[in-house]
Amino acid sequence: MDRRDFLKHFCWVISSGGVLGGVSADAWARMLNKTYDTTKHYYGMGIDIDKCIGCGRCMEACKTENDVPAVPYYFRTWVERYVIKTDRTVSVNTINMESDEPGDVLVEKDVLRSFFVPKLCNQCDHPPCVQVCPVGATFKTDDGVILVDSKRCIGCRYCIQACPYGARYLHPETRVADKCTFCYHRLVKGLLPVCVEVCPKQARVFGDMKSIASPLGRFTRMNKIHVLKPSLNTDPKVYYANLDGEVN
Amino acid sequence: MEAVQNFMELSKQVVGFIYPNEIDIQWSILIVVYPYITGLVAGAFILASLVKVFNVKELQPTYRLAMLTALAFLLIAPLPLQLHLGRPERSYEMFITPNLSSAMAMFGFVYLWYLMLVLLLEIWFEYRRDMIVWSSESTGLKKWVLKFLSLFSTDISEKAVAFDKKTVKIITIIGIPSAFLLHGYVGFIFGSIKANPWWSSVMMPVAFLFSAIVSGIAMVMLLYMIMVPLRGGKIDMKCLDKVASFLFYTVIVDFSIEVLDFIHRLYESEESIKILSQLVTTKLFMSLVVLQILMGMLLPLGLMVVIKVFRLQEEVRKLLYFVCGLLIQLGIFSTRWNVVIGGQLFSKSFRGLTTYKMELMGIEGFLVALALLIIPFVILSILIKLLPPWKKEELAGVE
Repeated sequence: MDRRDFLKHFCWVISSGGVLGGVSADAWARMLNKTYDTTKHYYGMGIDIDKCIGCGRCMEACKTENDVPAVPYYFRTWVERYVIKTDRTVSVNTINMESDEPGDVLVEKDVLRSFFVPKLCNQCDHPPCVQVCPVGATFKTDDGVILVDSKRCIGCRYCIQACPYGARYLHPETRVADKCTFCYHRLVKGLLPVCVEVCPKQARVFGDMKSIASPLGRFTRMNKIHVLKPSLNTDPKVYYANLDGEVN
Repeated sequence: MEAVQNFMELSKQVVGFIYPNEIDIQWSILIVVYPYITGLVAGAFILASLVKVFNVKELQPTYRLAMLTALAFLLIAPLPLQLHLGRPERSYEMFITPNLSSAMAMFGFVYLWYLMLVLLLEIWFEYRRDMIVWSSESTGLKKWVLKFLSLFSTDISEKAVAFDKKTVKIITIIGIPSAFLLHGYVGFIFGSIKANPWWSSVMMPVAFLFSAIVSGIAMVMLLYMIMVPLRGGKIDMKCLDKVASFLFYTVIVDFSIEVLDFIHRLYESEESIKILSQLVTTKLFMSLVVLQILMGMLLPLGLMVVIKVFRLQEEVRKLLYFVCGLLIQLGIFSTRWNVVIGGQLFSKSFRGLTTYKMELMGIEGFLVALALLIIPFVILSILIKLLPPWKKEELAGVE
């Protein structure tokens, strides 16, 4: 092989590698649904704090749908209960967590305000987890969802450290990082994430940010919106309406 | 069911509110051991470079020992990382598909650069002549091992030896920034996590670096004081005083950096200050205030001041140096503990503290960590046997 041939082969290998790399970001969706086009969507979720009643159905449905370990810790989505008392002290707990301790017994006059905050992966537009993953196992899809390739993840847990929202955990069986995927396997079939589907109060709204007419489009038009920890510049795509300043 | 019970036990020790997924401490004792070990490597190398690049003649007796110490610890450095992975069988992926935006992905490359291009090469050039001479003097297996290690080179002409010396100097010059890179980079892994206010600091790589130099110098000092008498030699007090002197100055710099970081945090008093104060005064009180600051830094600093101010006798000096060395090791290990474990004990909701229950037997347990800290000394003793750092005349104290 002379030098010319070598260079030709080399260029061919490099360029085909690039094409394969480009395809692979899209391959996940194609694997699940051949007609699905990732470039046509960009997903986000809206959460209306005033609508959540803390029933915990979203937590249950998520665990069943996504094979999340049944033990009381490890959640892809969970609901926090905030109680701000008249003396301005704040008490927070995760609902439906089995605990030996009796819960706070509250007298109405001691409570200044109280509300529930559903939490999940914020599917950040600038995801710190993707930045730190040493092997590229965590990645952002074209339609804006952060996924973990469980066959590539080495279980170093750097992404769990880097997530400001506590949305990730090491799956005790697969020993790789796990997190909310917006139920990606459902999205590509045109279905809603299961937590949105089961919410009896429509406190969770899901939609395509590329479409102004989507439920999320309407949600972000009709409400004052806030995201969690905006100072960290992660650009979350989970948008909260009526969020209290105490929540972080 | 066991898992549920385990969680229930842990959750009883949680103070305040934590995100549910935070119940697990992700980085265990093994990740405490890792920066401690790489710190010793970088520190020992910096001490060695003082001889070759900065021509500090008094330190010559520690040069080869420092290089071998760095090598012994560097060989073990990847092990704690490998063992803590959820899927250790996939670690090779860090080499074949590294994510270039990840600080951690660079580990393998930084490590290999340091091991192959700095340490092994420098040690080889430093020992090449001696290996040839020793292999011609010995018999049996040792002869062949030394022959192999010298890569079957035979030239011990003056010209060749002069070339060796020059090369060692050049490699050391490249080695200093490399050592800085090796450990500064470990600091960056922590310092660049903006989600964690205990870690996220531009000072982190600098603080890591100076604490590394402190621990490395102290370790070589301890080893020098143990190994020389063991090999029937006499401790060179000029050398020991000089090592201690450098140790003293680096401890002052390291301490200043820590204090600066502390004052800065306190003065800025950001959102996280309340939970961090709670962390320091409760869960980290013993390891941070008592072990790291009081016993690991202020006490040895005080002892070294005493040694410098009062002209103590040789034997007393030796004893105090030895105590200082041990205290500093304890202090720097606590420093690593407080960074790695401390950074995971508070919730990113800033509303609560969790707890770390160290296993005894498991793969990420105490015994494995202890073994990882002992193995480098075993490797070092083999290296010292094969490649003695001191010649007989040196041990006898003859220049």
